[in-house]
Amino acid sequence: MNLDFSKIVPSMPFILQGIGVTLEYMLLSALFGLIWGVILSLFKISNNKILNGFAVFYTSIFRGTPLIVMLALIHFAVPQLTGYRIEPIQSGVITFALNAAAYISETIRGGIMSVDKGQREAALSLGVPYRKMMWDIILPQAIKNILPAMVNEGIALLKDTALVSTIGALDLLRRGNLVAAEKYIYFEPLLFVAVIYYAMVMILTGGAKLLERRLRRSD
Amino acid sequence: MINVQNLSKSFGKLDVLHNISVEVKKGEVVAIIGPSGSGKSTLLRCLNLLEVPTQGHVFIKGEEITAPKADTMKIRQEIGMVFQHFHLFPNMTVLENVAYAPINVKKIPKDQARQKALDLLARVGLADKADVYPSRLSGGQKQRVAIARSLAMEPEIMLFDEPTSALDPEMVKEVLEVMKSLAHTGITMAIVTHEMGFAREVADRILFLDGGRLVEDATPEEFFTQPKSERAKTFLEKML
Ligand SMILES: Nc1ncnc2c1ncn2[C@@H]1O[C@H](COP(=O)(O)OP(=O)(O)OP(=O)(O)O)[C@@H](O)[C@H]1O
Ligand SMILES: [Mg+2]
Repeated sequence: MNLDFSKIVPSMPFILQGIGVTLEYMLLSALFGLIWGVILSLFKISNNKILNGFAVFYTSIFRGTPLIVMLALIHFAVPQLTGYRIEPIQSGVITFALNAAAYISETIRGGIMSVDKGQREAALSLGVPYRKMMWDIILPQAIKNILPAMVNEGIALLKDTALVSTIGALDLLRRGNLVAAEKYIYFEPLLFVAVIYYAMVMILTGGAKLLERRLRRSD
Repeated sequence: MINVQNLSKSFGKLDVLHNISVEVKKGEVVAIIGPSGSGKSTLLRCLNLLEVPTQGHVFIKGEEITAPKADTMKIRQEIGMVFQHFHLFPNMTVLENVAYAPINVKKIPKDQARQKALDLLARVGLADKADVYPSRLSGGQKQRVAIARSLAMEPEIMLFDEPTSALDPEMVKEVLEVMKSLAHTGITMAIVTHEMGFAREVADRILFLDGGRLVEDATPEEFFTQPKSERAKTFLEKML
């Protein structure tokens, strides 16, 4: 085995630029996924049978199918149905956000249920409207309980974004593959890509630890 | 002020309250006592619709709150409730706990609400704790904050569900003192309690519940010296 990282040194800036692309997919998906996930979680705890049933069914769809199938469906099937050519950033973010929301909604639902029901009663007895009670009282407490699970969702999302390399986006993995194909060496560029993913996950984990410590301030 | 007519409540097959009728006048302080499981909490919670009565009517200030079109949120703003386990909002400081509902429900300007909250905290002897989080307080302090939080909405009625039962003995007194001073302000109070001495001293009337029925409705003097029912006698023997 003879490894020679010097061969990929000239290509490193090209690969590193993929960090921005990967982050763009991740952050946009996380943002929309979080919003949609919160809404779905509220559906799940609501007394409305239709909303409830919808949210549960929705989650089961994403649990029950490989993400790469969903991505292909949205990226290749939507143009066929609508005649509109969808860009990888669009289909990627839509797919990852829809998928993340399915899992996030489950996590948030659990977090909300774990908040002492006395909190709800205290808020109700003060006449606090449902929506304010949720945003100001229940969710802030739920978030503390679910932060570790949410960080895991974020890590999963970051790694899932590598799937966009299959629909032509120039993310980290695709760039690694391009360099590999161009130079006929696989180990060096792909190992470099793997190290970058690992570093990103470690930074994310560290950031979450800091955040958690701040949130624990009130205990 | 409070008028309960033929109130019954069941949880599924379990009948918890049977046909309770009672009236509480403005400024009156009533103590609700009775054995565990007799339905005291449930009765109290029917008064601010934390539980919805299965049958019967509840009127607050002449308005039927059990009417289908009643504005539950509005009603609850006028009725404060203090719980056995305080239920302070742990994600807010003491001051924020007290000022939250006035600012967010009554839409009172922030400065004014905070000033009011500080005054109330001073009244319950906790002005110096305004900026700490509830987790830093003792049980008695938490309960006094909870009382201040309810009072901040300027309710005409205060409901207390065993406010001292979760407290260490040495903290019971500080909470009872606050409640005693409150009783003299003309606010209408309904208090579920096992503190017989307190009930006797502070209440204008005693409601004795047993097995979901209102067995006695008497002055403290009558109730504690010559209870009419056997059940009250047995209960008092155990308690005193
Ligand atoms: N949400 C509920 N669902 C089902 N049963 C309930 C519910 N709340 C109360 N009960 C039952 O109703 C009965 C009366 O309860 P309640 O809490 O009103 O009694 P209590 O007099 O306050 O008792 P304690 O002194 O122990 O607090 C009990 O048998 C209780 O198990
Ligand atoms: Mg009770």
